Amino acid sequence: MIPWFALLATLFALAGLYVSFAIAPTDFQQGEAYRIIFVHVPAAWMSMFIYIIMAGWAGLGLALNARLSAMMAQALAPTGAIFTLLALVTGSLWGKPMWGAWWVWDARLTSELILLFLYIGFIALQSSIDDPRRADRAGALLALVGVVNVPIIYFSVKWWNTLHQGSTINMGAAPKMVATMLIGMLLLALAFWMYTIAVSLMRVRCIMLERERNAEWVQLLSGVKK
Amino acid sequence: MQWASWAAFFNMGGYAFYVWFSFGFTALCLALEVLSLQKRRLKALHLSRLLAQE
Repeated sequence: MIPWFALLATLFALAGLYVSFAIAPTDFQQGEAYRIIFVHVPAAWMSMFIYIIMAGWAGLGLALNARLSAMMAQALAPTGAIFTLLALVTGSLWGKPMWGAWWVWDARLTSELILLFLYIGFIALQSSIDDPRRADRAGALLALVGVVNVPIIYFSVKWWNTLHQGSTINMGAAPKMVATMLIGMLLLALAFWMYTIAVSLMRVRCIMLERERNAEWVQLLSGVKK
Repeated sequence: MQWASWAAFFNMGGYAFYVWFSFGFTALCLALEVLSLQKRRLKALHLSRLLAQE
């Protein structure tokens, strides 16, 4: 399954990049710098989606005492952290030419930074507990408490007066941007989705191998058996 | 097509540093993640193989 998702991710990324750079027109206000949107917005979306899904798996693992769910949560966390970092870095690279500052303590930026700390906290907490089952439970609790931050990020541009602009794409309303720009963004978001699925499956496979090293099925794997 | 020449494309209307850094950094992070996972898998398989031989 992993090669298929990797292939889809590559195809969507190529199509998305083509639309982003070759087809989408120049912004009348921001010139070419706006093209950062094509990587910034999908990365920011993924940072929030992945957190919700991770917390969902963690909660399921906690409620049903299911090991695989906890491993899925653990497998998603580093990828979520990377997308959060990317949203922050690309946002900073966009903020500098447009706002004149790499960073401002704006509600949107600050809550996204807290999201990064939540991911890092989750990873650090899990790796600091030796017993994997206890690590799963502690991590799940942290992940679930942290979910409260996701709506704060999402609505921050409405609740507070932020330097960060409001959302251009709203559910139930026509998007306030040219169709080709929207398509470019959606294609890259799809690419990131496929990438996330492929990478988290790769990681969960590693986690299973590491945790179940002594189990018979591991010993019988074709890559292991002599 | 939006671009008069390749030079104009790479110049990004004067915002080359910001635009290319954003996309380059993203590509770098994702590539590093995939590479580190491939290494991690090989290491896990190697350790399991050692265990299987015991």
